[in-house]
Amino acid sequence: MKSLNIIIAAFRALRRNKMRSFLTMLGIIIGVSAVITMLAIGQGAEYSVKQQIASLGTNVLIIFPGSQQQGGIRVGAGSMTTLTEDDATAISTDCPAVAFVSPGTFSGGQVIAGNLNWGTSIQGVGVDYIQIRDWNVQYGNFFTDQDIKGATKVCILGKTVADNLFPDSDPVGQNIRIRNVPFKVIGVLSKKGQNAMGQDQDDVILAPYSTVQKRLSHYPYLRQILVSAVGPKEIETAQKQVTDLLRMRHKIAGFEGDDFTIRNQSDLASAATATSQILTILLASIASVSLLVGGIGIMNIMLVSVTERTREIGIRMSVGARGKDILTQFLIEALVLSLLGGITGIILGIVGSKLISNFAGWPTFITAFSILLSFGFSILVGLFFGFYPARKAAMLNPIDALRYE
Amino acid sequence: MSNEVYSSPDDLNVKSNNRLIEIESLVRTYILGEFEVHALRGVSLKVTHGEFAAIMGASGSGKSTFMNILGCLDKPTKGSYSLEGIDIGKLARDELALIRNKKIGFVFQGFNLLSRTSALENVELPLFYNSVSNKLRVEKSMEALKKVGLEERAYHYPNQLSGGQQQRVAIARALVNNPSIVLADEPTGNLDSRTSVEVMEIFQSLNEQGITIILVTHEPDIAAFAKRLIVFRDGKIKSDKLNADPKIASEVIKSIPLIDEEVET
Repeated sequence: MKSLNIIIAAFRALRRNKMRSFLTMLGIIIGVSAVITMLAIGQGAEYSVKQQIASLGTNVLIIFPGSQQQGGIRVGAGSMTTLTEDDATAISTDCPAVAFVSPGTFSGGQVIAGNLNWGTSIQGVGVDYIQIRDWNVQYGNFFTDQDIKGATKVCILGKTVADNLFPDSDPVGQNIRIRNVPFKVIGVLSKKGQNAMGQDQDDVILAPYSTVQKRLSHYPYLRQILVSAVGPKEIETAQKQVTDLLRMRHKIAGFEGDDFTIRNQSDLASAATATSQILTILLASIASVSLLVGGIGIMNIMLVSVTERTREIGIRMSVGARGKDILTQFLIEALVLSLLGGITGIILGIVGSKLISNFAGWPTFITAFSILLSFGFSILVGLFFGFYPARKAAMLNPIDALRYE
Repeated sequence: MSNEVYSSPDDLNVKSNNRLIEIESLVRTYILGEFEVHALRGVSLKVTHGEFAAIMGASGSGKSTFMNILGCLDKPTKGSYSLEGIDIGKLARDELALIRNKKIGFVFQGFNLLSRTSALENVELPLFYNSVSNKLRVEKSMEALKKVGLEERAYHYPNQLSGGQQQRVAIARALVNNPSIVLADEPTGNLDSRTSVEVMEIFQSLNEQGITIILVTHEPDIAAFAKRLIVFRDGKIKSDKLNADPKIASEVIKSIPLIDEEVET
């Protein structure tokens, strides 16, 4: 009953000074809404980065042949002629953590269609390539196992190539010439955009790897093997299985180095995710500073208020308030201010992030975590910064307080 | 008497005898830096229930210090003070607050009301530090306002009330907890002469109802309404005598003309 009375007394004191109460809350309101908005933007950024990386294929492994070494001169990764079609087939049959496998080779050159020409790269890939890359054929079809076996001269155009060679007509069914070798266009890929390095991923022509090997590059080995794991979590397992299998197939003894390299896109993914997490933390810490400033604002005003209300404290003490009653009342006042400020701040923060995502087109995410964090923080701020002024008030001598002018 | 020890809050409600205040050779010394200030140099006083005493004296005579000790806002350096058998000198800060809450009602010169707070809420204040339900708190406060004739102004703010009305709110606040004693420190100091007499009228009528009142004033005119006159000088009681013929405020007031707009309703 008594503590309820003190809560009522605290609310009455706040109500008596509406303007001051509001101004005190303002600091917390701005602080909390800044934290909420910043976290929402940061998490939105993290999400879009993750999405972009997922479109690269985060569960993709790329296997390159190793570097060639001749009398101390190492030529560079991919120069060895160690990867073969049989390796690719073995991976797809013997590695359970691997979902899709696509042998890969490439060539480049000028492509001619009618009176237009375009220089681009020609990727020789397997049928599972578009599954691995999470890509779609927009028009027409992808090639089949038959095309690979027969090394048929068919190709699928990337969007950029299609736009440049066939600006006005449907490319599907038309013939193009790649370095004077005629190919039939059987499909057009959907638009994929830039990759993480800013390269246009649509400036490409896909063809069966066997065709590229025989008709264009005349290089009977594979430049790479693309592998996708069954899930993002199985990347490590897949990498291990592929490594073990290839070492066995290539008869590499335990102590010798691999004659191939496996590149893991998840490194890139985790780097990018880490970057955006750092961004979130950075934004949140900037926002926390404003919350802290809001807390100091509460302390300031509560301190001023203790001085200004010295006489009131004296009166309360003279009618029987104990030191701890005064302490409790001032603490409750600070707490109520920071709680109300916190709630208002959360609402404003949510509205603010929605506005930002509507007008700036950024994705924003408000998580329970960010709400709890800023709410909890504002309570702490209220208690922490409210305590000193409250204690000061409670320590006042009633006689001096009553005489205070 | 003075060796009775306060043991629990329940003891506060025990009125052992008619003796309200017993003070024996009370000394209060302040230490200001290097100097010792002897505010009270051995005061002894007994007050029984139902008295109306005026304490007089020039400034510096120690009457304010004495009043603070009487009101349990301060503690004696030496000597003993027992209020209804409770040895005040032995109480801790929080216990003193409890005594102030239960046994003492203060009326100050400057009214000391909370601004922007209705008369009713001001009167409620002592009950906040007491285990009283919301309903009872409002009832008791209304009753106290009725005693001073201000129940119709319950929802006015202090700045909407005249000085006399504000002092009556303060008196209602002092009465709300049914204290053993009302201590009034220069209650008429900020009031014009007519309003002063009106306030004294209230004190006299409260005293007639059996409430003990101790009043500090330096105006002989005001002290003349009390039944007992105690004069302080240099930290000691110079004289202490009964007022054989106290002035009756309700009669005096008839002889004072209404002067300005500060007219009471």
